[in-house]
Amino acid sequence: MSGPQRAAARVLPCGTDALLLEVATLEHAERLYLRLRRDPPPGVVELVPAARTVLVVVDRQRTSLARLRQRVRPLIAAAGRGEPGGAEGAAIASAGPEVTVPVRYDGPDLAEVSRLAGLTAADVVRRHVQGRHRVAFCGFAPGFAYVAGLDPALALPRRATPRTRVPAGAVAVADTFTGVYPRSSPGGWHLIGRTDLVVFDLERDPPALLSPGTSVRFVEADPAAGEHP
Amino acid sequence: MSGPHGTLPRAGQVRIIAPGPFATVQDLGRPGLAHLGVTRSGAADRHSLRLANRLVGNLVGAAAIELAYGGLVARFATAALIALTGAPCPLELAGRGVGMYAPIDVPAGALLRVGVPERGVRTYLAIRGGLDVPAVLGSRSTDTLAGLGPPALTAGVDLALAREMSAPPVVDLAPQARYPSTPTLRVHLGPRDDWFTDEARSRLWTTEYEVTASSDRVGVRLLGPALRRRITSELPSEGLVPGGIQVPPDGQPVIFLADHPVTGGYPVLGVVTARDIPLIAQCRPGQRVRLRPYRRASTPGEDGLLEGGDASVAAV
Repeated sequence: MSGPQRAAARVLPCGTDALLLEVATLEHAERLYLRLRRDPPPGVVELVPAARTVLVVVDRQRTSLARLRQRVRPLIAAAGRGEPGGAEGAAIASAGPEVTVPVRYDGPDLAEVSRLAGLTAADVVRRHVQGRHRVAFCGFAPGFAYVAGLDPALALPRRATPRTRVPAGAVAVADTFTGVYPRSSPGGWHLIGRTDLVVFDLERDPPALLSPGTSVRFVEADPAAGEHP
Repeated sequence: MSGPHGTLPRAGQVRIIAPGPFATVQDLGRPGLAHLGVTRSGAADRHSLRLANRLVGNLVGAAAIELAYGGLVARFATAALIALTGAPCPLELAGRGVGMYAPIDVPAGALLRVGVPERGVRTYLAIRGGLDVPAVLGSRSTDTLAGLGPPALTAGVDLALAREMSAPPVVDLAPQARYPSTPTLRVHLGPRDDWFTDEARSRLWTTEYEVTASSDRVGVRLLGPALRRRITSELPSEGLVPGGIQVPPDGQPVIFLADHPVTGGYPVLGVVTARDIPLIAQCRPGQRVRLRPYRRASTPGEDGLLEGGDASVAAV
């Protein structure tokens, strides 16, 4: 990467009602988001974490962007003073609630992922199961979580040609993330397995099982489970 | 929700005889869920929705019908109080002409016909009490991108009414919104203005952009000289806001509306100021828009109607 996204943490303007907080790494963004979520400044109506940023939207009847700017400056600085690299991700993972995702590792791309990673299929599964994962942010579709902490050996660019239809419950990897498709949709990630766990349910409160900060453990499902009609 | 054609809708209901080109139920949307990948959605022109609700004495968050290009025909089973705001359409109630931007008493059994707007895109029909379709994640809005909320209205659907009203309305006429043929939108630069060439940034203020036919509730797609980037590396996805002017690789800007994606991976050059989002939401294909830098001094004298405040917005 080059250019401004490499620069020190900064506060970027984002219209009438929002500020975009930019930090140096994914882990900094995660930590900044979790701090803001735990103790939101007055008047905040929306907090949107992403790979290097947290978008903060306020209700200007209750606060001003100037006041928000004052409140977030020290938090941004603090988010940059963490343990380096992997230790930091693990610390974030151990702080949040945990969700266990039972996976049948029979995805159509498992062989391809093994080949590209130079591993056996069993090794791919082992590394996926052993990972200390946590949800960094959501996007793309309601309840679609970008789960960080993927074993670096499994980090692959997304498929050259996205599928027009990926089934709900597909467990996938792409870039440095893994995730579960909450419902049937187009998708370019590599499908390594599937789960029966419903990760997004409109009848549930909150609707998303995998919200940012949630620790995620993938386990191999009993091969017999889910096979009967 | 739907009933057979030909019969009268049940008491307290409104039957959609014809929805027109595209009609949805909208309220002020579902704020506070963007971190779960759920965008706010809600009325594309929130000013007009608020005004319609105010004219019939509804609570600010009551659900109404948002029409794109008019064309609605509806029958009221029971006497009702309604108001239409937004893109001005000719109206006919029980065969007689009636006006927009004022409360209208509808007798039981009457048929309302909404014509085609001569300017603007979106017309709002509020009914006293608000529409009672099942709420999804706290809102009755249709999110066209994520597929949340009720489906778009179709012929034969019966809509029940809620009781989300306050005291009977005291406002009996509101000033009609003006839709200039070439509106000027005030823009706050950033967050990613530094990703663009100086030429692109000055071009933004000096060119008239044309609204294209591929515009919808997600965004208004513009056509004009391409806005070139200074930084061409990939931008990690980041949160988006309504009014955000995103520039994809082809250099043709998109101004996001209510159903925008929660995050996006193309740089946002600037954001249309909140008060001007209703203006861009009412722009038609072929129309031109001008963009100007936002200056605080340009705001005094505007009426207070545009910013009714979001008392209904939940804290995080």
